[in-house]
Amino acid sequence: MPLEFEKPILELERRIQELKETAKATGVDLQAEIRLLEERLAQLKKETYGNLTPWQRVQLARAQGRPTTLDVLEKAFQDFLELHGDRAFADDPAIVGGLAYLEGEKVVVVGHQKGRDTKENLQRNFGMPHPEGYRKAMRLMDLADRFGYPFLTFVDTPGAYPGVSAEERGQAWVIAQSIQRMSRLRVPAVTVILGEGGSGGALAIAVANRVLILENAWYSVISPESCAAILWRDAKEAPKAAEALKLTAKDLLAQKVVDAVIPEPEGGAHKDPDRAIQNLKEALLKTLEELKGLSPEALYQDRYRRFRRLGAYAEP
Amino acid sequence: MALERLFRRKRPSGGGRDVPELWTKCEACGAQIYKKEFQENLHVCPKCGHHHRMPAEERVAMLADPGTFQETTRLRPLDPLGFVDTKPYAERLKAYQGETGRPDAILGGTCAIGGVPAVLLVMDYAFAGGSMGSVVGEEIARGAERAAEEGRALVIVAASGGARMQEAALSLMQMAKTVMSLDLLWGKRLPYVSVLTDPTTGGVTASFAALADVIFAEPGALIGFAGPRVIRQTIRQELPEGFQRAEFLLKHGMVDRVTDRRRLKREVVQALRHLHPGVPYAPGV
Ligand SMILES: [Zn+2]
Ligand SMILES: [Zn+2]
Repeated sequence: MPLEFEKPILELERRIQELKETAKATGVDLQAEIRLLEERLAQLKKETYGNLTPWQRVQLARAQGRPTTLDVLEKAFQDFLELHGDRAFADDPAIVGGLAYLEGEKVVVVGHQKGRDTKENLQRNFGMPHPEGYRKAMRLMDLADRFGYPFLTFVDTPGAYPGVSAEERGQAWVIAQSIQRMSRLRVPAVTVILGEGGSGGALAIAVANRVLILENAWYSVISPESCAAILWRDAKEAPKAAEALKLTAKDLLAQKVVDAVIPEPEGGAHKDPDRAIQNLKEALLKTLEELKGLSPEALYQDRYRRFRRLGAYAEP
Repeated sequence: MALERLFRRKRPSGGGRDVPELWTKCEACGAQIYKKEFQENLHVCPKCGHHHRMPAEERVAMLADPGTFQETTRLRPLDPLGFVDTKPYAERLKAYQGETGRPDAILGGTCAIGGVPAVLLVMDYAFAGGSMGSVVGEEIARGAERAAEEGRALVIVAASGGARMQEAALSLMQMAKTVMSLDLLWGKRLPYVSVLTDPTTGGVTASFAALADVIFAEPGALIGFAGPRVIRQTIRQELPEGFQRAEFLLKHGMVDRVTDRRRLKREVVQALRHLHPGVPYAPGV
């Protein structure tokens, strides 16, 4: 499904394709016309993708075909072994995790998992975890600590599931516990915000030494739609809320909420997932290299200081 | 001393009305209650036992031993994102500050509680729905640090609709900051008690409030992660009776005790005395 703001680009691409086919079928020389349209296309792409609004980026962050956690684990890592279950209640398909190698180094990985189509999305609850998902994540944090392997997480959730079943099983409690458990890791922890970073449900697995974000991903305390519904009393004002929340990668870098931005291919990661995943992998390796050599205690202190200084207030 | 000053600041400046309302009405059963009696009864309806929301100053007076409270909270909020919805955040802040006489949604300081040295932090629902932005997060972190440095217990009375939306990601980060600051208490074996009052939801429940050594909840208090309105929208059906109320949470194992406000201090003191390694055995105190 094309995004609304991309329609003029797709329309132009279609016309170029048509001209090329006509030229081939009829033998008429349309080179000049085609070149002209291609120049216009390049210009249009530059204008559109070079000036994305926050709301347009939110749409890119949700675009179908954007790399999910499992895509990243399959393509950037080797020999991923998925581990299931929280050892208490159930296995939550909205969070995946397990053991893997990153360029030969042993790591433990966890991430939110959205479906790649509607059917899988229903099965994965649109990447909205229940308490058992966070308990699975905490179990894997224990594993990382026990063996001293780096702990890597991938964030892509609209938020933790807001439903009766989740509340009954202590959604708030497990999110708090997961934040605490992750903050106490004595191994290097790195988070990548892949797509959507929705509120506490995202933060629960994002208390890392370094937090990286893909160029068009967003991360905030609330989704633009919910924010608009509350503050503007109309979810349709989401574009305004997206603007006000300062939720883009660049804004978050300025607020020091993230440490680095991973570039995406023109038009978003879904246009060339392999390329996006390659960029992500390079950024991960570089970040892990930076954390190498820190003692377990230094890693804990580094993470503590990273979050301790976040916020804006005035002394009296 | 400090408390008297707080009360004075809050008192409305003498307006036109000479006789203030002497009576108040219970929100639950509608009973007419003499205001003085209502206040002495800690805002609990003497007829039906309904626990009404309570001003932060009165919370402090109710928990701190008389004459021991020294206020420490004084940070002022900024508007780091220049947030504007239907009204600028900066204007909203001014309005809340005017209404409550407080820089932000938290009142706290050092005191003794049943003789146990403590840092007491009380969230103020009247200020922006008790929402946690940078100031609330920082005051809680500093409160935990002070408690650890001075060998005090930490007591937090939560009342909050969640995170402060107008500080966006920075308010989200306060969840991590407050949680991490609790480690200082762990390291020194100092007790942390939280009291969840009506309402405690969102990022406050899902961070420091849920991680206390002992968690009290007030009867009937709404406590949870998502608000009932959001959940109703998600599942598109009515919520079960008593859902997300304190008693529901006790039943599901999320809180230690649901305690009537009129017994709350006694039970908080008991918990603190049991836990604090510096307090000797003294039954029935
Ligand atoms: Zn009543
Ligand atoms: Zn009431």
